[in-house]
Amino acid sequence: MSGTSMTTRAWLLMLPLLVVMIAVIGWPLVDTVGLSFTDAKLVGTGGNFVGIDNYAKMLANSNFQRTLITTAWFAIISVAAEMVLGVLAALLLNQDFRGRGVLRALMILPWALPTVVNATLWRLIYNPEYGALNAALTQLGLIDAYRSWLGEPGTALTALIVADCWKNFPLVALIALAALQAVPRDITAASLVDGAGPFKRFRFVILPYLVGPLMVALVLRTIEAFKVFDIIWVMTRGGPANSTRTLSILVYQEAFSFQRAGSGASLALIVTLLVTVLAAAYAALVRKTAGSAT
Amino acid sequence: MLKSLNKTLLGAALIGVSFASHAFAETTINALFMAQAAYSEADVRAMTDAFSKANPDVKVNLEFVPYEGLHDKTVLAQGSGGGYDVVLFDVIWPAEYATNKVLVDVSLRISDDTKKSVLPGAWTTVQYEGKSYGMPWILDTKYLFYNKEILEKAGIKTPPKTWDELNEQAKIIKDKGLLATPIAWSWSQAEAAICDYATLVSAYKGDFIKDGKPDFQTGGGLDALKYMVTSYKSGLTNPNSKEFLEEDVRKVFENGDAAFALNWTYMYNMANDPKDSKVAGKVGVVPAPGVAGKSEASAVNGSMGLGITSASKHPDEAWKYITFMTSQATQNQYAKLSLPIWASSYSDPAVTKGQEELIAAAKVGLAAMYPRPTTPKYQELSTALQQAIQESLLGQSSPEDALKSAADNSGL
Repeated sequence: MSGTSMTTRAWLLMLPLLVVMIAVIGWPLVDTVGLSFTDAKLVGTGGNFVGIDNYAKMLANSNFQRTLITTAWFAIISVAAEMVLGVLAALLLNQDFRGRGVLRALMILPWALPTVVNATLWRLIYNPEYGALNAALTQLGLIDAYRSWLGEPGTALTALIVADCWKNFPLVALIALAALQAVPRDITAASLVDGAGPFKRFRFVILPYLVGPLMVALVLRTIEAFKVFDIIWVMTRGGPANSTRTLSILVYQEAFSFQRAGSGASLALIVTLLVTVLAAAYAALVRKTAGSAT
Repeated sequence: MLKSLNKTLLGAALIGVSFASHAFAETTINALFMAQAAYSEADVRAMTDAFSKANPDVKVNLEFVPYEGLHDKTVLAQGSGGGYDVVLFDVIWPAEYATNKVLVDVSLRISDDTKKSVLPGAWTTVQYEGKSYGMPWILDTKYLFYNKEILEKAGIKTPPKTWDELNEQAKIIKDKGLLATPIAWSWSQAEAAICDYATLVSAYKGDFIKDGKPDFQTGGGLDALKYMVTSYKSGLTNPNSKEFLEEDVRKVFENGDAAFALNWTYMYNMANDPKDSKVAGKVGVVPAPGVAGKSEASAVNGSMGLGITSASKHPDEAWKYITFMTSQATQNQYAKLSLPIWASSYSDPAVTKGQEELIAAAKVGLAAMYPRPTTPKYQELSTALQQAIQESLLGQSSPEDALKSAADNSGL
């Protein structure tokens, strides 16, 4: 078969998908861009053209700047923790021991739970009056009085990060575990014979196999973390005193609670742009590391 | 002849059947309610079942969302071309819903008789610029609940009449070691906090808005926030109040961990239910206190109404449903978690029996109901105020500064 007919066939096969993509992603995106240059309300008339007013106002808004920092902090810390925990869990579950199968199945549970259920569960755990966390820490003698974990700006974001990690590190672990299974046994055996310690074995023998898949996990998790909404909405609604308000919550408030569709659209596009830039940077990094690893 | 008569009869019967089936053609309407406080989900379902039995031609699909999602869900459904025929709406939304044409003006559908029989204060729930956008359904305000047993142990004879008295009594309870933090509020970053704040604003005779401009930064509005901060810092208020919603307040009170709590009507019968509550039989309720020299009692209008969306294709059936749900008979039957809008219900033993204390408090509270401002920008104003309250409680800024920035960010 000639190259051209392969290309044609590939495009033909992709066509239905492309049509769907244009309909469900392309058109709304174009529509949103148009909307972001207007002062349209959510209900009622279409609104007037206001140029880049929405963008200028949003970028200059101190609420936006503060929210951007909160979001970045949430994303960086939670993704970093999820990556480390995920790899550690994968290394552990890759060992031969009794009950490994059960543990592997159990670990998936938090990830399989709907986010809202997870969030509600953690709200109960953090409950300042009857929560399990307060009970446990008091019994262990680590704190002497029950604390309001979600009610203090100093702890609320961290508490949310812990809840998010608990839910999402299994995904990283799963990807890492699959990659670990691909490490040939004879190579690890050979490294043992050569006298490599556990750290060296991980760094020089195992890690090269993990880098590619972990990069995929990193991209997925970073994008998700930057868009985080539901877990925060259920647990704190952005409080206390807006200390846990992320970009998605700001978009939601702007577009839906305050009904400023135009301004909300501009904010949504700023977030989209940020995430796209991040994803592109990662993709470049993946290509580079994948190239150097092999 | 006989045959043709038969035929005619048959024909007539058939026409009759087709008319009848036309008249009984089933219409489905969608209704949006909230999942907590006031009438329970079970009550709303039971009321709706009764409606369907009486009106077999109208089918009602019910949907329940938490209060926090009610506004946005309604607006979103409207923005995407409808979906609901009947929606429950809070007293703070008619201005916005009317301006954005979310709800239909139903002024002409309300009979003069109904107008006269419903408590005058209830009508403020559904009106904006002289027009009615629905029927009031839940008539509610915040009351001061107290734990009779704890007050007795502390040697307190009568519950507080002023907010200062509340602090004095709470201090006695705290000093006697009966409770570390005797007062519970719902001060989470949510509308709940604004309801508590508005109750205090009404006690201090403050304003939210004057001549279209924010007016809470000074006077009563400022006094109200200062009271909250003092109560919080003194340790008399449960510090977890700043992450509580009404349901959290209820649980703390029902567990015996609060001597005083501000909450809606529904808590009275729930906290008196021995199945869930450790304080059943010890629940006292009085109107929210006043401020010496300024007010006898305080109350926020926390009422809600049922309206028809402008996207509804069945406004007549929707109105029929609303009329049924807000009727005196229906409301009297379910008066345990929410009190009726009908004036004469309050002298009906079927309603008052077993909740005389609540009715007595309601007579004062409902008459004093203070409105949160009616402005299409309400959501922005509320969001800005929620932030101000939390920043002041957390000590991030003074009540003066916090309210000043709230005024700047209120969109007014």
